[in-house]
Amino acid sequence: MITNSSHEHSGKDPFGARLGMWLFLFTEVILFGGLFVLYAAYLSRYPGEFAQAAHRLDMIMGGSNTIVLLTSSLFVALAVSALQRSEKTAATLFLLGTVISAMVFLGIKYLEWSAKIGHGIYPDSAILNEMARGEIIFFGLYFVTTGLHGLHVLIGMFIILVMLVRVRIGTVDADNFTQLEVSGLYWHLVDLIWIFIFPLYYLLL
Amino acid sequence: MTQAQISTDSEDRGFLGGSGEDSGILSWIFSTDHKRIGMLYLYSVLTMFCVGALLGLLIRLELIAPGRTIVNAQTYNALFTVHGVVMIFLFIIPGIPGVFGNLFLPIHIGANDVAFPRLNLLSWWLYILGGMLALTSLFSGGGPPDTGWTFYVPFSTQTATNVSMAALGVFVLGFSSILTGLNFITTIHRLRARGITWGKLTLFCWSLYATAWVQVLATPILGITVTLIVLERLFGIGLFDPTKGGDPIMYQHLFWIYSHPAVYIMVLPAMGIVSDIIPVFARKHIFGYWAIAFSSLAIALFGSLVWAHHMFVSGMSDIAVFVFSLLTFLVAIPSAIKVFNWVATLYKGSIALEPPMLFSLAFIFLFSLGGISGLVLGSAATNVHVHDTHFVVGHFHYVMFGGTGFAFFAALHYWFPKFTGRLCDKKPATIAWGLLFVGFNVLYFSMKIVGLRGMPRRYFDYLPEFHLMNLIATVGSWILAAGLVLMFFNLIRSAFRGEKAGANPWGAKTLEWTLPSPLPHVNFEKEPVIDKGPYDYEQ
Repeated sequence: MITNSSHEHSGKDPFGARLGMWLFLFTEVILFGGLFVLYAAYLSRYPGEFAQAAHRLDMIMGGSNTIVLLTSSLFVALAVSALQRSEKTAATLFLLGTVISAMVFLGIKYLEWSAKIGHGIYPDSAILNEMARGEIIFFGLYFVTTGLHGLHVLIGMFIILVMLVRVRIGTVDADNFTQLEVSGLYWHLVDLIWIFIFPLYYLLL
Repeated sequence: MTQAQISTDSEDRGFLGGSGEDSGILSWIFSTDHKRIGMLYLYSVLTMFCVGALLGLLIRLELIAPGRTIVNAQTYNALFTVHGVVMIFLFIIPGIPGVFGNLFLPIHIGANDVAFPRLNLLSWWLYILGGMLALTSLFSGGGPPDTGWTFYVPFSTQTATNVSMAALGVFVLGFSSILTGLNFITTIHRLRARGITWGKLTLFCWSLYATAWVQVLATPILGITVTLIVLERLFGIGLFDPTKGGDPIMYQHLFWIYSHPAVYIMVLPAMGIVSDIIPVFARKHIFGYWAIAFSSLAIALFGSLVWAHHMFVSGMSDIAVFVFSLLTFLVAIPSAIKVFNWVATLYKGSIALEPPMLFSLAFIFLFSLGGISGLVLGSAATNVHVHDTHFVVGHFHYVMFGGTGFAFFAALHYWFPKFTGRLCDKKPATIAWGLLFVGFNVLYFSMKIVGLRGMPRRYFDYLPEFHLMNLIATVGSWILAAGLVLMFFNLIRSAFRGEKAGANPWGAKTLEWTLPSPLPHVNFEKEPVIDKGPYDYEQ
């Protein structure tokens, strides 16, 4: 179990790289955890108003985004296993699929936000400030949480794009796929966080 | 890289680089060598310490007499805010892991670098960026933040001062801290040389390991909290604003969920240093190795569950107060276990009162005084009396400065030969230690007394009956400052003129002392052979 990798070429410890990424993912979970804690506290304070506000969210858009992200996670997993089998073209195509899914996700998110803003619902807007307190908090949390998540999708998309290029030019290949693997882990996390956001905000009864 | 190793010339400067291609500024600020990054941290962290200390002296000068003395009330608010931000986020938190962790963690485990050297460099750069943001906030926008380092709402979302930029700086500094933490955890798990089992890890490494977990698991909460402050200021979201349904107490919870564990980020590595220094100068095996190692983990665990003891008077249910008070008392147990083990190590030891040992002994004394006053604060009933008084200020300076600060100085003197190649002049160091110790107690014990008598913290003015103790405290701050000046002067002078140290001037048993001083470019040309533990003095 204990291998002495310190005396080998540095950066050749896939287990260490995965461990580092997992630790980083913990920090991401806890970053969002702060918002989930706020959500839990305010939900228990305003259960009725939260449910009322949740009805204003578009379940179709939220649902399709969930499907889009789950599909993108599948693409990343397929890309990793394709690369392990040295199927470079397949890996590239799967990564492209991930990037496109990410774009679709952000596009739908854009439409959703625009619709809300079009109805005058955005932080500190006159219409929102007229609503019940629980609804103001619900939408405040909604914009912060989905905004922060959107930012993560953007960062993840960029990382996957870099991986796509590296697979293409061959710096990441079947013998050296740790980078792609840990980037994939990051993407799965982005997906996972959405899996929690979706029911909390869109499926609240 | 191997040719730099042969130490034939009279002045082998090791990793510090002689003249030539490996000594330029670029070879430092873009170096991924853990030792050089450690030195970068050393210079930047000490600079920040001097800035913070200067601000602290100004606060004390203002409080020398009631009424306005040297600055107005607004400037005073800025002074204590910036003093806190600089000392906490730019000195204490990155201090020991950034400097001594980087320098010696890989060597203690027989490795040639940390697990992610480039990430390590990024940590330092983020530290510099965060520091610059925090300092820029002083001179731009609405002027220096005046909220106190805690950024409590609602004031922090309403004040016109430059809170957003300072908060952004804190966010970036948190990122830096997280990356250091995850780097150290991975390093300790993956890079230990053959023979360095968990039971042969130095206690400094154990403490860094516990610290790193707190850094990784607690810091993101700070990240989201300061982000929410910035968003609140930019967009008026209302998550902490009662008129929009928010609750300011939620901010306090989020803030302390990070900031109390952060106290252990600050003090655990200091405990590790003291655990490593005491056996060297007592010539004895550390007493209770496993008790000290696991008490670090216990402190990290319990320390994460006590945050609301900062909020006993903020408004909480009685049950919450009871639970958090109880948990706070539980943290005292592993802390006391450490103190007893250090003292037991001294018992019947052959004690040499070299400067590092003096600072370590001062650590035990001051940390104990700080810890015990912490119990006064942790007990809900007495807390109501002393909450937000100078007693609190005295308490946390005893723990943070008397604890971590003195351990930092101990480490500076102890490892001085390893990064300069020279010995630190003993006599001035001892005098400086005496000045620091006396000045420290005069300054902060007066604060505790005046706090018990009811003087609130963070107030610009005070009642005339508090004058004497404040005067004494301010005089203490001058003695302390004199000690600091003498200590730094002596360290700098010794770095150039000190005696050559040789590989192992203290006769210590840990791995860094098997290497030449200053440390070589490549730590271990071949894998070190581990045949005994780090504290085997009685053989």
